[in-house]
Amino acid sequence: MSSIGTGYDLSASTFSPDGRVFQVEYAMKAVENSSTAIGIRCKDGIVFGVEKLVLSKLYEQGSNKRIFNIDRHVGMAVAGLLADARSLAEVAREEAANFRSNYGHDIPLKHLSDRVAMYVHAYTLYSAVRPFGCSFILGSYDEDDGPQLYMVDPSGISYGYWGCAIGKAKQAAKTEIEKLQMKDMTCRELVKEVAKIIYIVHDEVKDKSFELELSWVGEVTKGRHEVVPKDIREEAEKYAKDALEEEDDSDEDNM
Amino acid sequence: MDRYFDQSIKGVSTGTTILAVKFNGGVIIGSDSRASMGGSYVSSKTINKLIQVHDRIFCCIAGSLADAQAVTKMAKFQLSFHSIQMESPPLVKAAASVMKELCYSNKDELQAGFITAGWDRKKGPQVYTVSLGGMLLSQPFTIGGSGSTYIYGYVDSKYKPDMSREECLQFATNAIALAMGRDNVSGGVVHLVVITEDGAEHVVIPGDKLPKFHDE
Repeated sequence: MSSIGTGYDLSASTFSPDGRVFQVEYAMKAVENSSTAIGIRCKDGIVFGVEKLVLSKLYEQGSNKRIFNIDRHVGMAVAGLLADARSLAEVAREEAANFRSNYGHDIPLKHLSDRVAMYVHAYTLYSAVRPFGCSFILGSYDEDDGPQLYMVDPSGISYGYWGCAIGKAKQAAKTEIEKLQMKDMTCRELVKEVAKIIYIVHDEVKDKSFELELSWVGEVTKGRHEVVPKDIREEAEKYAKDALEEEDDSDEDNM
Repeated sequence: MDRYFDQSIKGVSTGTTILAVKFNGGVIIGSDSRASMGGSYVSSKTINKLIQVHDRIFCCIAGSLADAQAVTKMAKFQLSFHSIQMESPPLVKAAASVMKELCYSNKDELQAGFITAGWDRKKGPQVYTVSLGGMLLSQPFTIGGSGSTYIYGYVDSKYKPDMSREECLQFATNAIALAMGRDNVSGGVVHLVVITEDGAEHVVIPGDKLPKFHDE
């Protein structure tokens, strides 16, 4: 686990003797405490899935969304402190809108991800502010450049991915994602797999109920980032639940 | 007297003829080469009004030369930075949008209009007009400058979409030559740039090689 950085961890403007900025590492811990979000790129689009934990029966269904629309063609799934994530979503929206206003076309995802990552990084330089306590996954689809997926973490680095996971079950989710042949799948096939992965990594013991948020952008949505339609989501959830039961059954047989 | 006074404040202007035409696989952008002060003094016989703002994107300028040079310099800088950040050549639409933003935000001070044309990987050859006040319009071909008024009939009747490179060169040369023949503030040589996926080729047609029409 992480060591305690006594004395060197009070501000983001201090390095430790072994070259670490502890405040940034602590920010990443905040992300690891949040529930899981995954994004996967397939041959004709991107699918996002978020395990949204429901802490109270009184919550309205569909509130506190963790997947945001940044521009018509860009979606963002977040993990970590939700308030930090919302403010970064606003930053990303402004970047995308300014780009469109200046250059007349959709912002390329790599550029957007670089710009927001630079913004996140700026908050890791000064003692007067704290780093953002959230990671997020950006995805888009463009006719010419195809589907793109980028992840930004609190240190301000952005990486391009075929599939990535953030949040408490990210290791388990990554293992499941690696089993997929995503380059050969279409969005419709992938939606079901994403739902299945979220159901698999959800911890029934520690966390009680959860809501599955699913969204996609790709050829199937003509390049617009949208929430997955209700009927397809229900089909995906059914597939996920059935797959889980099968695994449970097969475990029993082995015993 | 008043007219002379006004012009000397405005300085050198390009009474001019400029055009850009899309053909099959590229665009041809062209202009005359006369810069004038007032209606009677030719301050340069051979200026190049075709400014390269990026590898495969050119602008032709009309109006106040000083304003046009300032705007194109700024656009060239912005586009160069933009293309390094994007790690790819800028779209022609992006270049035209940059020009448009400069013209619109500074419309009270500036007096210059542009034609932006070029080739990009996404949409191929494109032609955009950026007018004085900052309007941006995409067209298959466009003409501008004071000399353009004399050739609207010619270009409207002779333009066809998807011309070959040779047909388009002839079309552009004829149009500019006709305009230069009638407009006193357009003249000199014809500058043409042919922009395709392979690059930009500059062609200069000196006065004695221009096409001759019935009156000569």
